[in-house]
Amino acid sequence: MSNPDPVKVSIQHLSLAYSDGKESLRNVSLDVRSHAITVLFGPAGGGKSTLLRTINRLNDLTDVVHVSGSVRLDGEDILDPATDLISLRRRVGMVFARPVVLPMSVRQNLTYGLELAGERNPARLAELVERSLRAAALWEEVEGRLDDPAISLSGGQQQRLCLARVLALEPEVIMLDEPTSGLDPISTGKVETSLQELKHEYTLLLVPHSVQQAARTADYAAFMLEGELIEFGPGKDLFTRPQEQRTEDYIEGRFG
Amino acid sequence: MALNAQRRRITQQVGFGVLLLAALLTVLPIALIVGLILWRGAPAISLEFLTAAPRDGMKAGGILPAIVGTFWLTLGTAVVVVPFGVGAAVYLSEYAPESRWTRLIRIAIINLAGVPSVVYGLFGLGLFVLFLRFGTSILAGSLTLAIMTLPVIISTAEEALRAVPQSFRVVSISLGGTQWQTIRRVVLPQAVPGILTGVILGLERAAGETAPILFTAAAFFLPRLPGSPFDATMALPYHLFVISTQVPGMPIQLQYGTAAVLLGFVLVMNLLATVVRSRARARRQW
Repeated sequence: MSNPDPVKVSIQHLSLAYSDGKESLRNVSLDVRSHAITVLFGPAGGGKSTLLRTINRLNDLTDVVHVSGSVRLDGEDILDPATDLISLRRRVGMVFARPVVLPMSVRQNLTYGLELAGERNPARLAELVERSLRAAALWEEVEGRLDDPAISLSGGQQQRLCLARVLALEPEVIMLDEPTSGLDPISTGKVETSLQELKHEYTLLLVPHSVQQAARTADYAAFMLEGELIEFGPGKDLFTRPQEQRTEDYIEGRFG
Repeated sequence: MALNAQRRRITQQVGFGVLLLAALLTVLPIALIVGLILWRGAPAISLEFLTAAPRDGMKAGGILPAIVGTFWLTLGTAVVVVPFGVGAAVYLSEYAPESRWTRLIRIAIINLAGVPSVVYGLFGLGLFVLFLRFGTSILAGSLTLAIMTLPVIISTAEEALRAVPQSFRVVSISLGGTQWQTIRRVVLPQAVPGILTGVILGLERAAGETAPILFTAAAFFLPRLPGSPFDATMALPYHLFVISTQVPGMPIQLQYGTAAVLLGFVLVMNLLATVVRSRARARRQW
């Protein structure tokens, strides 16, 4: 293997607990490399979403009672209370399992985050709208409908709009939490194709909706179970020669 | 077996009948009240009735000062209650953590809603008219009505805010929005129709109340139109009370006519609320 890409997000000994005692993380350590797709997979309740929501501090909206360890983005500990959350969330974009388009037009969905950030230049906004829609493989389908309500798009289009909305902010890391769970196979294919393109420019963290999708897309894969990281390595190794019995059992469908 | 099935069917039909009757019984009083008042009051309503001041010991002429007074009182109430009510609702729904403090606020709101309107009137007399020296005035009356209306506005506005899907807030925050940007650009616009409905219904009640303005704003007979917020004024509900009980030999059709105008005022506001709500529902994107 050629030189591995630099580490973008370094997670060290991360533990986290919610006040209701639900899904938590136990001593998770993981290096997310840039220009690659790192896949987090495993049964529900294993801590995958929690891990994503820790990296952009979206967990701050939830009742978290305990966090320890560190999450470094380009060497900077983002768990530090002094972290500028607004700029962190612009650098680390997130696409959710259910496409949530904001109750406004297609175009406004794309410019929303930019305007919040103070971008007012119409030419710049128009350029970012087109570029992000092209990158999300949606431009041809919505070119003439930019001022329609975003809710009028199909489910697959809405999810690609959500991806485009994150891309418009020109983030460094994009996290996708089961982005294709509600989509038909064709839409899923389009999203996966986009991801393969995007990884050249961004650092991608993906929670796939199936083991098959994990195996298809992973450059690196992490198997998570009940809040612990069981196994982590390059995707082609992990899915063909898992080191851990529990990883092998899960991949082969013996539980989960 | 067959007998049992038949009996159950009859029981069901009797049940439906009783429920239908209960539903009809709620329609009956409103139909009778509105019908009677419009039927008896319509002949009294003329251009003069709506545009002139009362004459001859209120036994002739019109009720314009009362209409204008009620209009200003309602508007004054709105100006005070909307920012405070919506502000309180945003605080409770979006910012306040569940704590002993917010529970206390909620209990206060519930109890405020249960205070009899005459008590508000006396409170307004004590605080606004006497202590703050606003005198018997539109200002004092509006403030009193605003306090009375506050719990309704807060409750409906908070409900409207909570009805906006949480996922919108999470998405906005994840796109780098601050909490205030999220509220102002996503949550509030989506809640506006619900808030407006509550505001109109609250103001409608304020417009029709007599007791809170009795000691704070209303004048027995004041044919000129109010010129400033510090003027006392005639008002429709109080005028109706006066001509129905305080003035002997009052022509009955004037009483019905005044009631019809007050009812019309309130019904128009009600209609407005219904239109706002249904149009917003048709446009809602979630």
